[in-house]
Amino acid sequence: MTGLRRGLLLSLLAGLASAGCRTAPGEVRVGSKKFTESVVLGEIVTQLVRSTGARAEHRAQLGGTQVLWHALLAGEIDLYPEYTGTIREDIVPGMSGDGSDDSLRAVLARQGIGMTGSLGFEDSYALGMREDDAVRLNVTRISDLRAYPRLRLGFSEEFLHRGDGWPRLKRRYGLPQTDVRQLDHDVAYRALAAGDIDGTDLYTTDAEIRYYHLTILADDLGHFPSYRAVLLYRSDLPRRSPPAWAALRALQGRIAVGDMQRLNARVKLERVSERAVASDFLATTLRIQAEAAPEGRGRRVGRYVLEHLALVAASLSAAIVVAIPLGIAAARRRRLGAAILAVAGVVQTIPSLALLVFMIPLLGIGTAPAVAALFLYSVLPIVRNTVSGLTGISGSLLESADVLGLSSTARLRKVELPLASPAILAGIQTSAVINVGTATLGALIGAGGLGQPILTGIRLDDMSLILEGAIPAALLALMVQALFERLGSVLIPKGLRLRPDA
Amino acid sequence: MVSSRPSTGRSGDLITYQRQVTLPLDSPIIELRDVVKRYGAVEALKATTLSLGVGVNVLLGPSGSGKSTLLRLLTGLARPSAGEVLLWGQVIAPRTIGPLRRRLGYVIQEGGLFPHLTAGANVTLAARYFGWDARRIETRLEELCALTHFPRDGMARFPAQLSGGQRQRVSLMRALVLGPELLLLDEPLGSLDPMIRAELRADLREIFRVLGQTVVLVTHDLAEAEFFADRVVLLRDGRVVQEGRLLELVERPADPFVTRFISAQSRPGAHG
Repeated sequence: MTGLRRGLLLSLLAGLASAGCRTAPGEVRVGSKKFTESVVLGEIVTQLVRSTGARAEHRAQLGGTQVLWHALLAGEIDLYPEYTGTIREDIVPGMSGDGSDDSLRAVLARQGIGMTGSLGFEDSYALGMREDDAVRLNVTRISDLRAYPRLRLGFSEEFLHRGDGWPRLKRRYGLPQTDVRQLDHDVAYRALAAGDIDGTDLYTTDAEIRYYHLTILADDLGHFPSYRAVLLYRSDLPRRSPPAWAALRALQGRIAVGDMQRLNARVKLERVSERAVASDFLATTLRIQAEAAPEGRGRRVGRYVLEHLALVAASLSAAIVVAIPLGIAAARRRRLGAAILAVAGVVQTIPSLALLVFMIPLLGIGTAPAVAALFLYSVLPIVRNTVSGLTGISGSLLESADVLGLSSTARLRKVELPLASPAILAGIQTSAVINVGTATLGALIGAGGLGQPILTGIRLDDMSLILEGAIPAALLALMVQALFERLGSVLIPKGLRLRPDA
Repeated sequence: MVSSRPSTGRSGDLITYQRQVTLPLDSPIIELRDVVKRYGAVEALKATTLSLGVGVNVLLGPSGSGKSTLLRLLTGLARPSAGEVLLWGQVIAPRTIGPLRRRLGYVIQEGGLFPHLTAGANVTLAARYFGWDARRIETRLEELCALTHFPRDGMARFPAQLSGGQRQRVSLMRALVLGPELLLLDEPLGSLDPMIRAELRADLREIFRVLGQTVVLVTHDLAEAEFFADRVVLLRDGRVVQEGRLLELVERPADPFVTRFISAQSRPGAHG
């Protein structure tokens, strides 16, 4: 974050504080940083406080460490989730003492801040590799890597260069690997899944660990500093709200690393809201009925429909923009046209599920690969109809346009495209209807949409959940169909909609 | 039958688009020099040298005789396999075809009207494309409606809403919109029923007379040739059999085919 933006945020926070936000003395204000895990933890804490009858507010995704820390010092928030390693490195760097938790607490206490015990998990750096490789090579610890000098490693820029990163890790363990590449964190996961690299750095609670079936190697020499999750709170919190404080203490040690991975995965991959994930966790782990139904069925379906429409709109509009020029090119040059149609035809024959999965190594998981796959599916019908619409135009019409003196561009614009418009529109309609149906598979790769309840319904064998996705999807397809019929009466020139000799 | 004087009366406002014909009748506007047109192995037009001048020239012959091919060569839609085609002394080539086409009008067989455009939009498409202003286009449209006896309110209708004869008139107006010096028509009366045909035929002759420009008209119908032609070019199997005034063809046939073709279409009591 730039200094300017940080300054703005801080002054905004200060302004909010002076504007009299302290009018509700019993209210507990929880902050969180702008990444999934922090938001989920913030939500868990907030709901936990509310379950005691106290009032609580979650100020989610406020920013990075500095913003949260300063907001806490300013009394703008009462607590937020933090990691011991971050406190040591970024909040009170160069502190005196032995670096133990107690010495940390002592330093923080001087600023009026308290620190709970560990919530139960660490989110540290670690090395990971594919589970099947780890089993095959019998690798469970980082020191086991010494036996395999030819393994290919890909590390994030930060890990390659920071103090406790790769250079010191390599020295500490005497690791012999030389094929080491710098990769973006997300790309590294995909490269690992695709088999382009054999190991990478990761955070121990990443959602992708389960998704890609990765094994975390034990740090048997204790190289990585500890990043245990804790809560930082203002020292007056226990006094101000004893029941809330008691509930928060009960959270200590209750979230295992596997739990946190699952919670992250539910938010990031299954697109469940942080609120819902948090309340599910409290209900199953702490037996606390926090917030019964975090999202009504109507709102949930509405959200799925919007996600679904976003997938369809993005992929279809990209397909229209690409496919019509392709169709024009294909109609003008017969051999190029044959090649274009052949390629598009081959893409169309790939089963949709397979196409979606092919996209993962290229674009990872989430919305982008789903849009890309849907785009590829939508191209062919539009190209094919554009070609047949253009090549079906009677030669005498084209010759009339030529002899009138129209340039080929003008002929295309004023004669050919209007005449081909019914066919082109029919192609777009076909693509749109296919797209609405196929987009339900997008949920398989984390793109959300109406496939999400279908998928969850199949997993939980819950017919009502399946219908929650299937019925809106079917209605949506019908509506798209109807929409294009209406569009036809606007976009297709009137003269083409008349019956001859009418 | 060439009127070199500006017309007066009803079509008097046409004079702005009418060029004074100063060339002598035999001065060539169209020239073919050893032109051959092959489609694959088929010679649609065998080596032909021909000159056509001002007046109504009718390309006459049975189907497959090469008359439509000849017309297409004049529009640049077909390019000669050998030899060259000249308009106003200029060889038709990719570089010259654009400017040359602005000086000619073409009524394609079956009209070739754009079904997505109204009659008016069909007629004015080229004028709009070449940047005429709205007032000039409106004036031109009025003139053309008067010339072709087409109801002004019919301009708002689409080709599918017009009769065959009306479509031909619109097609003719479209060819005339820029005021061409050369008008090419491919079987303009081809698919019309007899009543409409007779009416349009008479109107066409009057239009040709008023415009006083060079016309090339393709037909297989001797009666049509007789009705329109200042000069007839009779074709058979891709070859010009004879050209000249129709009377010359009757009186001094160059070939037994000429007599056969003429007598096959002559009815007892037809014009001599």
